[in-house]
Amino acid sequence: MEITGSLAAIGYGLAAIGPGIGVGLVFAAYIQATARQPETAGLNRPNLFLGMAVIEALALLGIAFGFIWQGPAQ
Amino acid sequence: MSRAALVLSAEVPFPPSVDDFFLPDLLGGHNPWYTKFTLMVWLAVAVIIIFFLVAYRNPKVVPTKMQWLAESIYGFNREGIAKEVIGHDGVRFAPYLATLFTFIAVTNLFAIIPFLQISPNSHIAFPVMLAAITYLLYLYWGVRQHGLFSYLKMSLFPPNVPWPMYFLLVPIEFAMVFILRPFTLALRLFANMFAGHMMLLVFTLGGFALLNAGGLLSPVSLLSWAMTIALTLFEALICLLQAYVFVLLTGSYLQSSLASEH
Repeated sequence: MEITGSLAAIGYGLAAIGPGIGVGLVFAAYIQATARQPETAGLNRPNLFLGMAVIEALALLGIAFGFIWQGPAQ
Repeated sequence: MSRAALVLSAEVPFPPSVDDFFLPDLLGGHNPWYTKFTLMVWLAVAVIIIFFLVAYRNPKVVPTKMQWLAESIYGFNREGIAKEVIGHDGVRFAPYLATLFTFIAVTNLFAIIPFLQISPNSHIAFPVMLAAITYLLYLYWGVRQHGLFSYLKMSLFPPNVPWPMYFLLVPIEFAMVFILRPFTLALRLFANMFAGHMMLLVFTLGGFALLNAGGLLSPVSLLSWAMTIALTLFEALICLLQAYVFVLLTGSYLQSSLASEH
């Protein structure tokens, strides 16, 4: 039995699991920290954006490499 | 299946592919250097220069609206990034960081402006150039502040670590500081703009493909276009956020180069 289709699509789907959980953790940490001590909201906000962007970079690497590694178009 | 077979109507180039990012030469020749991207980068530079020059032509103590806007942009970079992230001697980097922020923000926002609708940063060359400048900048300042061997020792050998760990830690730190930082800096900006444009293409062209499919699928094209509008607003947020993150990380790397040990 032969399965056809795009392996790059499956690869990207798997690659998006990790950053999805990661970004969720970052935002959860920020919300909890702000809930415990609201004065630090402004102090933590650069860290929030920094964390989100760094983790989302991995998800976007998944998209970009999906195109690079998908091989010749069928 | 070939692309033509995937498209229900022969005119709509759906699904979009990497080829949609390569635009034709505007002069009609075969050299690909003078495309819409060239014009867009020149336009971005012209807009930024003219804006800041005109906003500061007659500075008043009570600022006019354009002067306030220009001061806000510069002040945001100077206070929020240069002073806070790099420290008190980071003010010398404030002009470069403000310029970098404005340039990346303007070229990113071209992705959602009509008639332009693609960001030059979705070609890897432009983010690579910007990341290379940042890379050379923090290496230069690290070496200038500490001397070459002292800087290598400071960045590759973190203090207060038991010595057997160094065998594991030094290659990782080397890869981090000298290879991964510029690479991920460029790739983050590129991938965000590439993926954003690709998503907008998918929903816009998908709407047309659904419309051409006829029958019960045609009204679904409205949903597809509503999704395009939502994604355009999301893309505006991402454009500004990516500019901010690029400059924040530049400041952070400069701070770790300039950090003096107490």
